[in-house]
Amino acid sequence: MPGHKPWLPALATDDKSSRLYMKPPAFGYEAPTSIEQATALLSMHDGDARIIAGGQSLVPMLNFRLLVPSVLVDINRIAGLDEIRDDGKGGLTIGALVRHFQLEASELVAARFPILTEAVRHIAHLAIRNRGTIGGSLSHADPAAELPMMVQLLNGALTIAGPDGTRTVAARDFFDGALTTVLDDAEIVTEIALPALPAGAGWGFKEVARRAGDFAMAAAAVTLTQKDTLIEEARVAVMGVHDQAIRVPGAEAMLQGAVADNGTITAAIAAVREAVDPDDDLHATAEFRRHLIGVLVGRAIHDAWHRAAVAHT
Amino acid sequence: MTGTASGKVVVSMTVNGDRVEELVEPRWLLADFLRENLGLTGTHVGCEHGVCGACTILMNGNSVRACLTFAVQAQGADIETVESLGTVNDLDDLQESFRKHHALQCGFCTPGMLMTAIDALRKRPLATDQEIRDALSGNICRCTGYQNIVKAVRTMVQKRDGDD
Ligand SMILES: Cc1cc2nc3c(=O)[nH]c(=O)nc-3n(C[C@H](O)[C@H](O)[C@H](O)COP(=O)(O)OP(=O)(O)OC[C@H]3O[C@@H](n4cnc5c(N)ncnc54)[C@H](O)[C@@H]3O)c2cc1C
Ligand code: FES
Ligand code: FES
Repeated sequence: MPGHKPWLPALATDDKSSRLYMKPPAFGYEAPTSIEQATALLSMHDGDARIIAGGQSLVPMLNFRLLVPSVLVDINRIAGLDEIRDDGKGGLTIGALVRHFQLEASELVAARFPILTEAVRHIAHLAIRNRGTIGGSLSHADPAAELPMMVQLLNGALTIAGPDGTRTVAARDFFDGALTTVLDDAEIVTEIALPALPAGAGWGFKEVARRAGDFAMAAAAVTLTQKDTLIEEARVAVMGVHDQAIRVPGAEAMLQGAVADNGTITAAIAAVREAVDPDDDLHATAEFRRHLIGVLVGRAIHDAWHRAAVAHT
Repeated sequence: MTGTASGKVVVSMTVNGDRVEELVEPRWLLADFLRENLGLTGTHVGCEHGVCGACTILMNGNSVRACLTFAVQAQGADIETVESLGTVNDLDDLQESFRKHHALQCGFCTPGMLMTAIDALRKRPLATDQEIRDALSGNICRCTGYQNIVKAVRTMVQKRDGDD
């Protein structure tokens, strides 16, 4: 893993942390069956406990001993968190324990948010998708993970349960840099609300990774609606090119109310390249990533415009 | 699930049709549990962080990484490992297809390839070789160059779809 994900913090506290462990340290294990029990356990351990959901990001970090929690609180036995529900208003409510594969296979998701279905097809491999959860992916907040970008693009909101009750946080306010969110130690993401897209919205999703299933080098997601020959509402989100997935308001402003021609798209691309702050790593230089994300955004806008046109006629 | 003074907990599950009940430390990975506690060494352990696929098994019918799951989490689960397939003298169809197409050399990746292929054959159309390659892309093989594995799986797709 060192070198594999350069932004992984060295979280282990003892001086043996530089040794390469391949087995997790000892920890206690709790499997609560209600959200109340889970938050109580988390607050009892006061920052020393960790939630485990799909384990697909947490267990590698435990195996390498980048994390040394005293207790794991397994939320998989809490009923009711694994459902995809119709919100009755054209949107969806997605439980935190919904697995990536469930999203991929859901006809409801494909009907309401085909761009989400497309994005999930780029997450890891089947065996990882069978376990990994949306709540875990959002809470882990990897800068190159698809779901943190998608919930921001789709104007999602997260319901978060804590010892003192629940709160709702807009997806755009939830992330706070690489592997960091606004979650407190004793809080659990319980569900994610995705409001309906505007009628006739078109979409585009473009990603480049070394191999199918690898973490992306960069990806872009765009939705837009048309009014006559003009772009009406536009949303642009990117990942892999900043310390977290972000919306790009500068690019959205270039698109909104403009004619969808080469000049407009070029201006939006320039705004994206301006807004991002990519890193160099094993796979690509910052300069390459900055170039790449512009190309991907351009293609995603093109697809979105084309699909919006189809939706309009 | 109740703890004991040693920090171990009792876990019970079904493994290849047999019910097992064992005392485990919570930190025991399912892969190590299968290998060390149950002696089922067919599940191989390569990278231990989810990238090589050698440890892939079926949990309640779905392929999962046994190196990214703790044995305690499999409480009540139905686990299937490569040992649930055929035997050396009586290979099952998928294993026979791998044998016929020389889809293995050292065999280290093979248990994971087989368990991955079972799940992919159930869930994916696998209509093209590209789709088969994508479905196997989470499993690393250092010997075969993959082509023969793709062929072995393609044969199984044809068999599944009845256009043999
Ligand atoms: C080989 C490999 C390739 C991968 N490729 C990709 C990829 O291309 N794209 C991608 O997006 N992801 C990828 N992943 C990561 C995968 O998507 C994970 O499933 C996901 O990041 C974490 O979800 P999880 O349910 O497994 O969370 P866990 O690993 O269980 O938890 C992750 C973190 O979130 C916390 N947490 C979990 N659930 C909650 C909750 N409900 N509330 C609050 N905190 C919570 C945990 O305490 C932990 O800190 C890959 C993983 C592997 C092993
Ligand atoms: S050992 Fe589990 S994926 Fe490599
Ligand atoms: S046959 Fe040797 S690693 Fe695949």
